[in-house]
Amino acid sequence: MTSTEKIIARASSMPSVAPDDVVFVKVDKLMVHDVSGPGVIKVFEEWAKKGVHLERIWNPDKVWVSEDHFVPAADKISANNIMKLTNWTKKFGIKRHYKYGLGQYGICHTLSHEEGLVLPGEVYVGGDSHTNTTGGLGAFAIGLGHTDIAYSLMHGQIWIKVPETLLFNLEGQLPPHVMAKDIILKIIGDIGTDGANYRAMQFSGETTKQLIMDERLTLTNMTTEAGAKNGIIDADSITGSYLRDRTHEPFSALKGDLDASYAEKLTYEIDRLEPTVAKPYSPGNISPARELQGTEIDKAYIGSCTGAKLHDLRAAGKIMKGKKVKVRTEVVPAAQSIYLNAMNEGLIGIFLESGAVVGPPTCGACCGAHMGVLAKNEVCISTTNRNFPGRMGDVESKTYLASPLVVAASALTGMITDPRDI
Amino acid sequence: MDKLKGTVHKYGKDNIDTDVILPGPYLKIHDHAELATHAMEGLDPGFPKKVSQGDFLLTGANFGCGSSREHAPIALSSAGITAVLAPSFARIFYRNAVDGGYLLPIEIERSAVEKISDKNTLEIDVDKNAILNVTTGESFVMKQFPSLIKKIIECGGILHYKP
Ligand code: SF4
Repeated sequence: MTSTEKIIARASSMPSVAPDDVVFVKVDKLMVHDVSGPGVIKVFEEWAKKGVHLERIWNPDKVWVSEDHFVPAADKISANNIMKLTNWTKKFGIKRHYKYGLGQYGICHTLSHEEGLVLPGEVYVGGDSHTNTTGGLGAFAIGLGHTDIAYSLMHGQIWIKVPETLLFNLEGQLPPHVMAKDIILKIIGDIGTDGANYRAMQFSGETTKQLIMDERLTLTNMTTEAGAKNGIIDADSITGSYLRDRTHEPFSALKGDLDASYAEKLTYEIDRLEPTVAKPYSPGNISPARELQGTEIDKAYIGSCTGAKLHDLRAAGKIMKGKKVKVRTEVVPAAQSIYLNAMNEGLIGIFLESGAVVGPPTCGACCGAHMGVLAKNEVCISTTNRNFPGRMGDVESKTYLASPLVVAASALTGMITDPRDI
Repeated sequence: MDKLKGTVHKYGKDNIDTDVILPGPYLKIHDHAELATHAMEGLDPGFPKKVSQGDFLLTGANFGCGSSREHAPIALSSAGITAVLAPSFARIFYRNAVDGGYLLPIEIERSAVEKISDKNTLEIDVDKNAILNVTTGESFVMKQFPSLIKKIIECGGILHYKP
């Protein structure tokens, strides 16, 4: 069995499972945020009309809630949603509610690793499609809709169709101006945005083993953009020390068998990889950054669960130090703890001195909901994960996706720029 | 299951994503009737007015890719759509459609998508995995639902399904 199959087998109390089996698994951890939370509450309201009432949730200690998409509330609807969610978490005894403006808070997927909330070998379901991110810790982490989350909250279990696994062997040394973002964009460009539909994407090989946790999480984060059910990287000593700094919960990692069978094995020679950009309107529409040199931009955005972890901010800071930005540039750290660390390291000063604005941790402009929405025909280069029409604002705006190094370099020149040319 | 009959609204593109089906700014809305008025707004703002209760959506592959927002199938079903026919679906959209009991995600061959035109009338027999194009007389095969999925559909969603 592969790592994903082993976790599903354990969680479904089956001796073994195989791709396409449909089984019920026990859920270990569950997350909702300020969009999916009110959606889930709405499902419970509809169920109540049908005579099914939520008396208590299966295990409040295994559930946590984040406020990230619509904070700070820009209008009454968002404010009321936050209020509704807050009352609900109180009523059902959920203690881990990460509130905007009250200590640690941030983007849901960032908190899942930053706070050590999910452990290797666990089944983690989240009310958000980028729940895949947390598979970087060696968990089976998948995104679900409101109804499935509501069902999981009630029963502590949910059905899973066992996915086949695609194995990506990443080999070689990561070149100095190349980041995990370039690797995953290259992979999505190759296999397409439905290239991993219903499948698990597992990363292994020398490069993966050397990647620090923040970079591993960028890989698994964007498995969603290839349609994958989950992304996974086996836990190792890097995972262990990362988690030891964040949680006392014991865990035992599950690893795939040596003779596990994979749908396909693909090998990538990472030393040959160049800074890569995804052009509008698909994360799979890639091109080397140098080929787009000269493409004018109106905005640079460094934010989101994909591209605003501490390592991402360090990468951007390295490029921007002592320089001025030529287009409007927003930096939005992915969590309060990251903001604080970035400040202590002097990164926030670098950004402010460059002329960029630094915003409070939220999803911000990533989903085009508020805080920095793009106007018609505006062009943005962004460390986020999606560039569908209208994703970051007007349907006729354009977003290019790239690593923090490329976005920072582009911010300094006002056009798409390969960081090697700065 | 009863047969379904309705008019087709065809958008033949592949990869129609959830940002198109229900754009991000409306995520804060949870009222089903209000969501219906924004269905497919990113592609065709006139869509909700064209649809009658019981109609079908016909699209290219990987329909519903993107976010996990359940707003997407809710908006479509509240607008009147009872089934989406496509060569393939993004997995979360598929689950949401089935488990929420909103609409049927029906997988058909790409060649069938090409042969069915906008405004054709279809009759869908889920028990026989058969689709009849009433307008042209042609018939097509739909992919059979796995047995667990079929049971959830028959329960009207996962709410009443007991594992
Ligand atoms: S930062 Fe963007 S991709 Fe990540 S959870 Fe928020 S909206 Fe989704």
